[in-house]
Amino acid sequence: MSFLQIDKVCKSFGSVNVLRDISLDVEEGGFLVLVGPSGCGKSTLLNTIAGLENLTTGEIRIDGNVIDDLPPAERNIAMVFQSYALYPNMNVGQNIAFGLEMRGMPKDERDIKVAEVAKTLQIEHLLDRKPGQLSGGQRQRVAMGRALVRNPQLFLFDEPLSNLDAKLRVDMRTEIKRMHQALGTTIVYVTHDQIEAMTLGTRIAVLKDGIVQQYGTPAEIYNDPANLFVADFMGSPAMNLIPATVRGNTVEMARVGEEPLVLDFKQLPDDVATRDGKEVIVGIRPEAITDADSRAAIRAGQQVTASCKIDVVEPAGADIYAITSLGGKEVVTRLHQDWFGQVNQHAELVFNLEKVVFFDRESGIRLR
Amino acid sequence: MQPSLPGKAQATLREVLPRLVLSPSLFLILLFVYGFIIYTGYLSLTDSRMLPSYDLEGLGNYAKLWGQRNWLIALQNLAIFGILYIAICSVLGLVLAILLDQKIRGEGILRPIYLYPMALSFIVTGTAWKWFLDPGLGLENTMHLWGWESFTFNWIKDRNMAIYTVVIAAVWQSSGFVMAMFLAGLRGIDSEILKAAQMDGASRWSLYTRIVIPQLRPVFLSAFVVLAHLAIKAYDLVIALTNGGPGRATELPATFMYSYTFTRNQMGVGASSAVIMLAMIASIIVPYLYSELRERR
Amino acid sequence: MSRSTQPSFRTGKILRAALYSVLILFAVYYLLPLFVMLVNSVKTLDEIRGGNMMSLPEAFTIEPWLVAWSKAQIGVEPTGLSPYFINSIMMVVPAVAISTALGAMNGYVLTKWRFPGDKIIFGLMLFACFIPFQIVLIPMARVLGMIGIAGTTSGLVLVHVVYGLGFTTLFFRNYYAAFPDELIKAAKMDGAGFWRTFTRILLPSSGPIIVVTVIWQFTNIWNDFLFGASFADFDSMPMTVALNNLVSSSTGVKEYNVHFAGAVLAALPTLIVYVVSGRYFVRGLMAGAVKG
Repeated sequence: MSFLQIDKVCKSFGSVNVLRDISLDVEEGGFLVLVGPSGCGKSTLLNTIAGLENLTTGEIRIDGNVIDDLPPAERNIAMVFQSYALYPNMNVGQNIAFGLEMRGMPKDERDIKVAEVAKTLQIEHLLDRKPGQLSGGQRQRVAMGRALVRNPQLFLFDEPLSNLDAKLRVDMRTEIKRMHQALGTTIVYVTHDQIEAMTLGTRIAVLKDGIVQQYGTPAEIYNDPANLFVADFMGSPAMNLIPATVRGNTVEMARVGEEPLVLDFKQLPDDVATRDGKEVIVGIRPEAITDADSRAAIRAGQQVTASCKIDVVEPAGADIYAITSLGGKEVVTRLHQDWFGQVNQHAELVFNLEKVVFFDRESGIRLR
Repeated sequence: MQPSLPGKAQATLREVLPRLVLSPSLFLILLFVYGFIIYTGYLSLTDSRMLPSYDLEGLGNYAKLWGQRNWLIALQNLAIFGILYIAICSVLGLVLAILLDQKIRGEGILRPIYLYPMALSFIVTGTAWKWFLDPGLGLENTMHLWGWESFTFNWIKDRNMAIYTVVIAAVWQSSGFVMAMFLAGLRGIDSEILKAAQMDGASRWSLYTRIVIPQLRPVFLSAFVVLAHLAIKAYDLVIALTNGGPGRATELPATFMYSYTFTRNQMGVGASSAVIMLAMIASIIVPYLYSELRERR
Repeated sequence: MSRSTQPSFRTGKILRAALYSVLILFAVYYLLPLFVMLVNSVKTLDEIRGGNMMSLPEAFTIEPWLVAWSKAQIGVEPTGLSPYFINSIMMVVPAVAISTALGAMNGYVLTKWRFPGDKIIFGLMLFACFIPFQIVLIPMARVLGMIGIAGTTSGLVLVHVVYGLGFTTLFFRNYYAAFPDELIKAAKMDGAGFWRTFTRILLPSSGPIIVVTVIWQFTNIWNDFLFGASFADFDSMPMTVALNNLVSSSTGVKEYNVHFAGAVLAALPTLIVYVVSGRYFVRGLMAGAVKG
């Protein structure tokens, strides 16, 4: 049985439905990431798990017990907030101990607990400081300490890294992952950053407009997106989504002033094959379009090589992103760093057909 | 957390506790403000004289009120006082704020000096200015002693000019406060905008008239609302400075209401004048509060 | 308030001098009445009648202050202002304490425990700040009589609490609105309930706004004249009303020096508060002026 079960949860404010029929299961020790654009309902879902907001219908269970009617403090859940929410009038030690104090733990026991946690997080030297005297990274640690000290059965994180600068964010990301591996406590983590979602989660739920668009492992979400929204939202640079026409076992993509580019599949998926002569959306990630020298191209089984005009070249250190135009869209390709093509000239590009996915043009649903 | 309470009752208590905490205040406000407004409104429709009476007589008091010369004088005085008070305080406040905003050394000393009259009671202000404006004792006398024999300043004894002395004292008391509001507004303007205007070649004059002052519009509005409601409520200052005199020359609606209700035994007329005052203030405050409260969240 | 918005224009020396002259002239204008009151409160009556109000006293005397404090005729009793000073204190202290405490709790509920209709309630409270008090004078007199506290200090305390509530609620509401909601959520997760969140998390951080509110309420209530004149009887009369009686009594010789000493005595508490904590006083004025 799953440890955390979110069962047909709906939440509405007046006539606005913020969460619509959300069902998610997480195994014990799992790391669930809720990801989506702002206003998608991910924070509301987190708040309902925490008990900070009531749900309209549905049930949330932890370890088989329904927690819907319990106040937040009795759910044995700890939460790390976006702003860290450290009590400004208390020092670090008091902040960490406050939850224990509210539960009536005697002072000497509290002190031992706080000391333990402070040691784990290496913030022992900060215990007497006020939150105002701490750096962003230190506050982040204290907020984690406050959650850790209660030894909860579930951790909630509400965009905990979004207030940090880029470098610190990467460090703290690793830190959270390490903490999760060491403690094995189940985590629900909200972010709008799809890289955080990919790197941290064992399970990812992509939300939009209060609906789960796709729920799966990071690999499933990345390689096998359920619809256009997920395909577009996850991954950076984003997946190329190119309008194309189905012709037998091939798809054609229009080009300005040139013959259309034809990708010849040995066997199109059934849903695509039935749309002969119609338009579909072809999804292909930048790394699936590369130059002939790249190893990825050599390893790919089924591939098509075509000459394309390069419009823009963006060196990015390890790779070069070259942009061409297909089906009226800018198409990003990821090339080897030693590639030496020129802007406004043609280059041989290799398309890895095994990585291509198809979507319905109107509904955006994946065609399989 | 009381473990003795069953979970349901506890949950209910959690739900209603905030409202319970708010309720005494709400009760006080509803009764002592809105209940009283209704009561006074009702009295204004009765034949109450020395004591409240509950016999309705329609709009008779309002007809009587608008037939009273004293009431018309009070309204006329309020118009003169209100317009001058608001205009002078705003202009003086703005000018002082702009002058103080020129990297003045000693701003920390000047600012509190401009502002301290606001901490005083109008009774104290009135006492000081009554004497200062008294021709026999104050400014006029001083000028004579200093050798300026022809100097006259006897407005406080002059029926036609006495209302202007109320303006002088009131401006003295409130202009520093308006200055503080404008100064806060000036300091709140994004300095990058000012730098940009300078890069665009704005002179100091056009910097203020084209960029700064237009941005102070909310401050003008706040200052207007505060000053207007103070003007309509003005009572203490007139009592202490002129006591409504000479004659009825400085009668204001507030003093009119008080004397008709409590000394002339015309409670019905007094109540109707209070209702008119409330209507005047409400016509300024309600739209202001409505827009202010709607903007936030 | 320390940063100037002025970009650095070059200013000529003459312009600069003119600027300072104007500013100092205004300082004189604002200080003059206070100066006149102080100077003439330590002169003998003869010197005031014969001399110049601007000149410093030739024969310094503390007598007017003593008379104003303990001997001057207020109404029919030669008690001086001291009993009324004490009346004011007895009225101000509880009224400020109660209205501030209620305002703090109201602000807490209205920002952190919002419920449907809370905005209307706040709007009703806010409008109450601005009503002309003439509209409540008649019924208030009757209600105070009905509950048996007409003409007492308790009655005045009640009046000032009621009509101060709007402002105290406004101050605390605006302050707590800026207080992060996540802190309240964190406290909930930590197991703190309604009261403990208030006493342990919000109140310890409310120092500045408490000072602002107390100063505002103290100044307003101390300086009130209308309610004192309407609802106090002779034994509970506050300082402002007593001062007005002293100054405007038409019997006997007008002792201007005593009047001035009395006026300064009446102004002293609020002036001291202003001098000691002017910063907060200004902030209160602003909070009262800029709503929402």
